[in-house]
Amino acid sequence: MKGCEAIIESLKKEGVDKVFGYPGGAVIDLYDTIHQEDEIQHILTRHEQAAAHAADGYARVTGEPGVCIATSGPGATNLVTGIATAHMDSAPLIALTGQVPTHMIGNDAFQEADITGITIPITKYNSLVKDPKELPKVMKKAFYIASTGRNGPVLLDLPKDVQQGETDFHYPENIDLRGYKPTYKGHPLQIKKASKAIMEAERPVLYVGGGVIASDATKQLTKLAEKCMIPVVTTLTGKGAFNENHPLSLGMVGMHGTKPANYAVTESDLIIAVGARFDDRVTGKLEGFAPNATVIHIDIDAAEISKNIKTHIPIVGDAKNILKDLNKKIDKIKQRKQQTEWHKKTKRWKKEHPLEYDETTDTIKPQYIVKEIDRQTPDNTIIATEVGQCQMWAAQYYQYKQPRTFITSGGLGTMGYGLPAAIGAQVAYPKRKVWNIAGDGSIQMNIQELATAVKYQLPVNIAILNNKYLGMVRQWQELFYDERYSETDLGDNPDFQRIAEGFGALGITVTKKTEVPDAIERANNTDRPVLIDFHVDREENVYPMVPAGATLSEIIDRKDVEKTQKKTKPTPMGD
Amino acid sequence: MDLHVIGLLVENKPGVLNRVANLFSRRGYNIETISVGVTENPEISRMTITLKGDEDVLEQVIKQLNKQMDIIKVTELKENYVERGLALIKVNADDPNSRSEIIQIADIFRANVVDVGKKALTIEVTGDRTKIEAITDMLKEHGIKEIAQTGTVAMSRGRKSIGG
Ligand SMILES: Cc1ncc(C[n+]2csc(CCOP(=O)(O)OP(=O)(O)O)c2C)c(N)n1
Repeated sequence: MKGCEAIIESLKKEGVDKVFGYPGGAVIDLYDTIHQEDEIQHILTRHEQAAAHAADGYARVTGEPGVCIATSGPGATNLVTGIATAHMDSAPLIALTGQVPTHMIGNDAFQEADITGITIPITKYNSLVKDPKELPKVMKKAFYIASTGRNGPVLLDLPKDVQQGETDFHYPENIDLRGYKPTYKGHPLQIKKASKAIMEAERPVLYVGGGVIASDATKQLTKLAEKCMIPVVTTLTGKGAFNENHPLSLGMVGMHGTKPANYAVTESDLIIAVGARFDDRVTGKLEGFAPNATVIHIDIDAAEISKNIKTHIPIVGDAKNILKDLNKKIDKIKQRKQQTEWHKKTKRWKKEHPLEYDETTDTIKPQYIVKEIDRQTPDNTIIATEVGQCQMWAAQYYQYKQPRTFITSGGLGTMGYGLPAAIGAQVAYPKRKVWNIAGDGSIQMNIQELATAVKYQLPVNIAILNNKYLGMVRQWQELFYDERYSETDLGDNPDFQRIAEGFGALGITVTKKTEVPDAIERANNTDRPVLIDFHVDREENVYPMVPAGATLSEIIDRKDVEKTQKKTKPTPMGD
Repeated sequence: MDLHVIGLLVENKPGVLNRVANLFSRRGYNIETISVGVTENPEISRMTITLKGDEDVLEQVIKQLNKQMDIIKVTELKENYVERGLALIKVNADDPNSRSEIIQIADIFRANVVDVGKKALTIEVTGDRTKIEAITDMLKEHGIKEIAQTGTVAMSRGRKSIGG
């Protein structure tokens, strides 16, 4: 068969039935095959970046690799931000790019870009396929690499003549790569050490990241937390790994985490890190991070161990396996005594320092919108976010109860991620509610994707928390740059309602607080895309906050700021 | 900061060297030398990398290298290993006195004179880093015009091999 047919057959063998992409000369053969294909639905986005984010969103909510396709040159380079986003958050992504014919490679041919060279640092693996005969094997390899070990993006660059060439199709059952052998089982000795440390700890904290979601280890995690009464803090991408309504949940840790989470980490004597990588947005100033704690680090990627924080008990392997083993081990040793003092203390912190905002004003507070969306949507609703204050409010004020319900660009912080990712999620689950919580700045980075949502009748809801600012940057300018609002005023934003209508979506503008619940209800009950432009309080800030360069214990909330307003502002830390 | 020697077995495929070099530059590590050549198995190449850094840097480098799909095996070579590099050193030799001195130095180091010109001699020396440094130092007095060096190649002594 032809190379492009082999590519599509391989996708089918991998169980792929949805792909996202954008055609062009170098993938015209592939698209010709897709055209004649019933088993695979192609979603045409309006920008390749959106195809990558949509595939990434699809991957994050399903746990299966997402596939995106782009042509050579500009098509391929448009994928780059999406690939980098997936790479930073370890999302399994397969990017298929067209390339100029093999005999023209290196000649600066029309629409040629060295995409394998460009994406070396942001892919788990990539490869230029030079012979159609390699295709089945290389496709198998791509899926295997993307979705095993620490998941990540894989790019295959497919020259036009390779797509047109002939190959036999024998899809390999298994694949053995001598340079790639992920570890899944934790080392028994390390597990023994860890269970001992857990039994002996007086102030343990489970610090949970996206790895727990990736390995579907929510149950095992909850069991460990409950069995040993260990409070749980999560990272941004770890949200949903542990029910945030659970009494042991202390919420998010880090720069915009909760006070209880940050205090607990600081005062802990044992950190059990599971699938989390001690990102600088989490740790704050390293020297002050959990200064008295022994660190157990469970991660499938050995290179994460001791990268940022010294690990005392490393356990390399799959979080689910390891948590299972830990639970068994701890069963065998007797139940640990409940750390009543510690538990009391964290409970007290939760009571004393709830997340709060001013609910008394007449202006619309962005936090209120997020809470209202939470109130009106079922637990399996998928929340996608853009980046900035909107993202942090979406993280703080919506209670995530299930894994794979919160998708956000954590590591790269990509504005423009939310809408296409929401589209990917809605494609995966047409019946579930999907919301994109957006900023007015970010939404304009991929707003053209409204057209995609409309075309495929994907009922995604977009809530723009419109503060007419690049809010998060404005917040920093306010706090650390003497209110010099350099290039962050978006007072000349377009009329989003009319834009939505222009694309064929339902547009709603909300300027009064009293209209908020109705607008959300209307969106939830509309089975086509809805964009709500909420005109929110312009100068609302995200709190709590750990100023950059400070330690987690130096976290401040709204009240602290109001108390000291204008007297002692947090100092700039050069971020 | 210590100098570390790392031996790698990698797939003999285009782009692999680029990937390795990229990994170092992306993470801000500095390669002192790198040398590559095919092994007894034509599908596999061997690299020797020397780098400066503390133990933490070394640990990260090894782990990050291990993560690469096309890298089959990574080991740090320490203590019991042989190491060789080759240098071509072109030295000033305008007057007969220095000429014979240079030849003497070359003899002592078991180096060879591989090119003789009216004004310069070119010496070829193989050995470990210290030997090459030592002869370079000695020859400096005569004025070095040019040096070309290979990177270090290294392997462990005895029966042990990286492959297992
Ligand atoms: C592609 C990209 N460009 C720039 C930034 C830097 N940045 C981070 S937050 C932010 C402001 C976002 O503004 P908006 O989308 O309006 O959200 P808000 O913070 O107001 O909620 C900017 C510019 C980024 N994260 N991503």
